[in-house]
Amino acid sequence: MTTETIHQKFGPAEIGGIGHSVKRAEDDRLIQGAGNYVDDIVLPGMLHMTLLRSPVAHAKIVSIDASAALALDGVVAVLTGEALAGYNLAWMPTLSGDTQAVLATDKVRFQGQEVAAVIAENPYVANDALELIDVEYDALPPLMSPQDALADGAPLIRDDKDGQVDNACYEWEAGDKAATDRAFAQADHVVSLDTHYPRSHPAPLETCGCVADVNPATSHVTVHMTSQAPHAHRTLFAMVTGLPEQNIRIISPDIGGGFGNKVPIYPGYVVATAASLVIGRPVKWIESRTDNLISTGFARDYYMQGELALTSEGRILGLRVNMLSDNGAFYSDAQPTAFRAGLFHIVTGSYDYPAAHVVTKGAYTNKAPGGVAYRCSFRVTEASYLIERLVQTAAYELGIDPAEIRRRNFIQPDQFPYTSPTGFVYDSGDYPAALEMALEMVGYDEVRAEQAAARERGDATQVGIGIASFTEVVGAGKGSEYDIAGLRMFDSAELRVHPTGKAILKLGVRSQGQGHETTFAQIVANELGIPSTDIKVVEGDTDNTPYGLGTYASRSTPVGGAATAVIARKLRDKAAKIAAHLLEAAEDDLEFDAGRFTVRGTPDQSVTIQDVALAAYSNLPDGMEAGLEGVHYYDPPNMTYPFGSYVVVVDLDTETGQWTVRRMVAVDDCGVRINPMIVDGQLHGGLTEGYAMSAMQFITFDEDGNCIGSNFMDYLIPTAWETPRFELGATVTPSPHHPIGAKGVGESATVGSPAAYVNAVIDAVAHLGVRNIDMPVMPSRVWAALQSQAG
Amino acid sequence: MEITVTVNGAEQQADVEPRVLLADFIRTRLGLTGTHIGCDTTSCGVCTVLLDGTPVKSCTMFAVQADGRTITTVEGLRTNGELSAMQKAFKAEHGLQCGFCTPAMMLVGTHLLENNPEPSEDDVRWAISGNLCRCTGYVNIVKAIQAAAGASAGASATANDISGSAAGASATADDMSVSAAESEGASA
Repeated sequence: MTTETIHQKFGPAEIGGIGHSVKRAEDDRLIQGAGNYVDDIVLPGMLHMTLLRSPVAHAKIVSIDASAALALDGVVAVLTGEALAGYNLAWMPTLSGDTQAVLATDKVRFQGQEVAAVIAENPYVANDALELIDVEYDALPPLMSPQDALADGAPLIRDDKDGQVDNACYEWEAGDKAATDRAFAQADHVVSLDTHYPRSHPAPLETCGCVADVNPATSHVTVHMTSQAPHAHRTLFAMVTGLPEQNIRIISPDIGGGFGNKVPIYPGYVVATAASLVIGRPVKWIESRTDNLISTGFARDYYMQGELALTSEGRILGLRVNMLSDNGAFYSDAQPTAFRAGLFHIVTGSYDYPAAHVVTKGAYTNKAPGGVAYRCSFRVTEASYLIERLVQTAAYELGIDPAEIRRRNFIQPDQFPYTSPTGFVYDSGDYPAALEMALEMVGYDEVRAEQAAARERGDATQVGIGIASFTEVVGAGKGSEYDIAGLRMFDSAELRVHPTGKAILKLGVRSQGQGHETTFAQIVANELGIPSTDIKVVEGDTDNTPYGLGTYASRSTPVGGAATAVIARKLRDKAAKIAAHLLEAAEDDLEFDAGRFTVRGTPDQSVTIQDVALAAYSNLPDGMEAGLEGVHYYDPPNMTYPFGSYVVVVDLDTETGQWTVRRMVAVDDCGVRINPMIVDGQLHGGLTEGYAMSAMQFITFDEDGNCIGSNFMDYLIPTAWETPRFELGATVTPSPHHPIGAKGVGESATVGSPAAYVNAVIDAVAHLGVRNIDMPVMPSRVWAALQSQAG
Repeated sequence: MEITVTVNGAEQQADVEPRVLLADFIRTRLGLTGTHIGCDTTSCGVCTVLLDGTPVKSCTMFAVQADGRTITTVEGLRTNGELSAMQKAFKAEHGLQCGFCTPAMMLVGTHLLENNPEPSEDDVRWAISGNLCRCTGYVNIVKAIQAAAGASAGASATANDISGSAAGASATADDMSVSAAESEGASA
């Protein structure tokens, strides 16, 4: 594939096809406060639910007394696990094939676990009632790290599971152990890195919640919920509750950010639905921020040990990785069934070497469950971080410049499609081009010279330069290999062109701010020549959109976008037949451009797509089925592999450990860019979340199992003041197998940037002997690392 | 308690429990759901409204404390059927993604420009530093507020493009000129 360094614009601006920075359709309502988020929904007779959560991390439940709560004026019901057990709803299946307590019956396994639910006339009364529920706990020792959980004699967390004898959660491996051992035997150098990617939380500004509305006359269930995957959730709801799927409707309205947090099914959704079913009135449940941070989909928490085998020239021969994950109390990671640590085995990165072996193991601990891919395609962020940190470590140990060691090992443009040692088939790329562009933008040689001078002088303020040349794997999946809970990871698009030439596009995916109402209309505009502003995009209502697996893992454009292009092309084929009929010409003699069919060589003989649309309902060729509508389910032949090179420059005060980002240069290649304005916006957001994780944002626990990071005063999110300035560059290497060559971009910057920021901090103090500081690289940790070197 | 508040120019009287938060009152009693709730601890700022013209976080203020005062919410930014310069600039500059923080950001921006008609990038960043955004990295929010300042001063929003946040980035500068040159789609 040819790599371009400019965005290509297709078709005229007034049609707004691919490559045009069309302003967003969704903005008109959102800038007027007229969005419709879940908490904005008010139904007649609606009740409010709050959840009582465990104050302790590990304890047997001795008794629950809700009598005082039930007696409070305005309380309608109190539900416990025991009550749910009567409906066989006390436990539910997870996305990783485990079970999770909906409301605890036997014991609590993490601080914040759901113990009881109060349903009341208003949320104030519901919260008052929580304090009147008396739960007696018999404390058990909490296990707050996977190492402790796997130690001999550790108490069993999952004593509810038959055959579970320890706290091991899963084991999974990829690659070739024998080949990797051979590579290490031949190595001139072995470089290693042990690092922890800390527990984090996506923390969208809108918390999770739902309004469950069960019609008492028909038992039809409508759940308005914060869902990134409404169709999959409908099926899982049917499986969990035993209700007929046709009577369940999931509506995912405007979503106030997701980032993976709104992929799993949480107990609150199930309890609210059960409560509505039992009471016969709508029930609203909206998480508080603390509820959100302590109980729903965390991310990361990977302990990673990596080793690189290298020649003396710095050529990588092999990679060995041992990874231990902290999965919390229930194994409810959101990931494809066959891959127990997601797509972590993309850890071989952007480099060409023959051998790799990756061993992964997980442990149950007394922490919240729900490992989600936080703005990341199933653990690709952790993988990218490890390899990019390892390569920089190797550069130091071998005395090779960190840019140069990458040049020596990159997969070259002529090697694509490239089969990685762990079995991925990278579709396309030009890694050297992206790196060289980023280095030129930052003025790499000049900054290196400045760094050398500062080191020579022994300045208190040192300069650090961090590079990350990442490769993602996104757009799952190929249905035969990738499924969620047995549902193959295809996605869908239904396109209806109306008689007036306007259109409606219905999708199986669900935007949470990515701008689907604009970009997916642009894909149709590109194929049919109908202006993008004449196309309405509908998502998130399972009664009114075709089945799809949803929006996460950067899969909307690679899968849903492909489905959209394919169905538009199918309609164009039909449109050509109708145009031939209207023009009394042979179909083969027609040319199509920018929404107009023209008889070749006779420019005055033409009809527009709008003419054809009307004819599809009014003037058809004999025997042709009426209408200009269709649906397509797209099963991708492969995933897509966005990539990029980021370079960060920091100034670091060696006397305090404080550091600030001076430059953040990000060159991204996500294939063809549908809307460059929106692509840049996605990158800005991802670069900020990457900075957050590297600098300040993490969740930890004390030894008693108390969550530290349970509100926005402890869980730090960067404001506009701390957030670095970004400089964006682009190369364009189309995906060869995607209908429009697009690869997906929503997560690239979160995947690639943490290693770049941390590499820059380490680089500022590498000459003093520092090789690793675990994220977040807070000033206190930098200072401690410098002290330990000095001591 | 009986209270009287003027919300978006209309006087409202209500009998409210003393413990009802202002954010709840605005959302559930007045039905103005453009004011959002995100953290309950005055940290994220999505509940920001203008109280007598000054931004306050309505999730940590009681409705009764607003008695006799004037409130502007996002629903009050549009006047005489016309979007405000701030609203137009947020769309023109792609200053929003999920839209959850957007009403608050626009209100804070509106207040800033009333007191500082030509804010620097740092002025804008400081002004919005009590408001979190998870989607945009603040880049285009800052641009939108500065563009609105330019629009109010008589310049067009896109002509007043700010490249301060992209100093030295040739590719970004190209992107900006592309989006400035194209006035595609429906402009707000």
